Amino acid sequence: MSELAAGRPGGTTPSQTVGPYLSIGLTWDDGPYVVPEGTPGAFWIRGRLFDGTGAPVPDGMIETWQCDPDGRFDHPDDPRGAAPSSVPGFRGFGRSRTDAEGRWAVLTVRPGRVPDGTDGRQAPHLDVSVFARGLLDRVVTRLYLPDESNANAQDRVLNAVPAERRPTLVAAAGPDGLVFDIHLRGDDETVFFAI
Amino acid sequence: MTSPDTRAYRRIPADERPPLLFPGYASTVQRAPAQPLEYLPHMLTELTGPLLGEGRVGPLDHDLTRQHVGEPQGQRIVVHGRVLDEDGRPVPRTLVEVWQANAGGRYRHVTDTWPSPLDPNFTGTGRALTDDQGRYEFVTIKPGAYPWRNHDNAWRPAHIHFSLFGRAFTQRLVTQMYFPDDPLFFQDPIFNSVPDPVARQRMVSRYDHGATQEQWALGFAFDIVLRGREQTPFEDEDDDE
Repeated sequence: MSELAAGRPGGTTPSQTVGPYLSIGLTWDDGPYVVPEGTPGAFWIRGRLFDGTGAPVPDGMIETWQCDPDGRFDHPDDPRGAAPSSVPGFRGFGRSRTDAEGRWAVLTVRPGRVPDGTDGRQAPHLDVSVFARGLLDRVVTRLYLPDESNANAQDRVLNAVPAERRPTLVAAAGPDGLVFDIHLRGDDETVFFAI
Repeated sequence: MTSPDTRAYRRIPADERPPLLFPGYASTVQRAPAQPLEYLPHMLTELTGPLLGEGRVGPLDHDLTRQHVGEPQGQRIVVHGRVLDEDGRPVPRTLVEVWQANAGGRYRHVTDTWPSPLDPNFTGTGRALTDDQGRYEFVTIKPGAYPWRNHDNAWRPAHIHFSLFGRAFTQRLVTQMYFPDDPLFFQDPIFNSVPDPVARQRMVSRYDHGATQEQWALGFAFDIVLRGREQTPFEDEDDDE
């Protein structure tokens, strides 16, 4: 029984750090492309990853996950049914390593709004995972859009975060899309979520 | 059938996962968040996730010994197992990514300066897709231990990095597979960052004589258990789909 190798049933395999060499195993040429280049409405989300001293993290990886512009997921666990996206080539998933200056980027389209599990709808958002040497587990944050102030004001998750820290979850307008810097620690520390 | 959207994933108890701040592993000190984590309810974005698979795995991607013209140096091994959730259900057709050092403990990465030789016939990366029963298999060589500068005379136990997606954002896991009876466990802060010694053992593979191939390769079994659903009122197989 190979199950024995995993120890007692009912417990998970623990997380471990990706280490400094994640890029040999986890980076894909098409990783940053949530949508193919040339997709109408596509824009870049660019950011930098910083540590508690303000230094860039050059050996990290950012992953994003989001619904499509219609607010749909092509996934069987969506109770509304798996819906192939109206955007050709939409993957929902983005993956970018950080470079020597801590920079990362994904090309995507604006997510729609999805039900929030009560009576409301969530503001457009991306779920974001951060992996790096020195992170024994990934850390998770959310990215909200700067031009959605009404929707953001109604968002259940955003509103549960202390008001003074909420701005760390909202991207800024950038030259070819949005800018979203992530601070793992320190005065500008990004809000991270327990999931 | 029950509506799957209302079924959150089980939160992992603190003693079964490493803390973000673990000063014994020096790099955590400036990278672990200082603020407490905010609670994120599991809603649609968290209950879904990328279903990556077909098209991303080539026919030889699971065999790290056949990616070059010649054969890599080292002890050939077969690593196999299943990807399961905590309820024992297999996770079928899911992408498994691995990366590792060569037999001398050196990664094919520009910043790895450990002066053990690079192996021209070994890259150290692989991908596989689990089958309908959640099974995967890799053929590779046993990675070597290597020194790092974390603490006095620090050496990482031999390990293979594993990356898994499961079927939901909440299930995403990156871990390391270790080898049984490694003498370096006692001094390794990464391995020992997991508080519960039972949970820690879930990262250790098992020598599998049944998977060992005569005159060819040693076998190791390594099952990977992802988070299960918080509530499973009925064990109805139809609930899987």
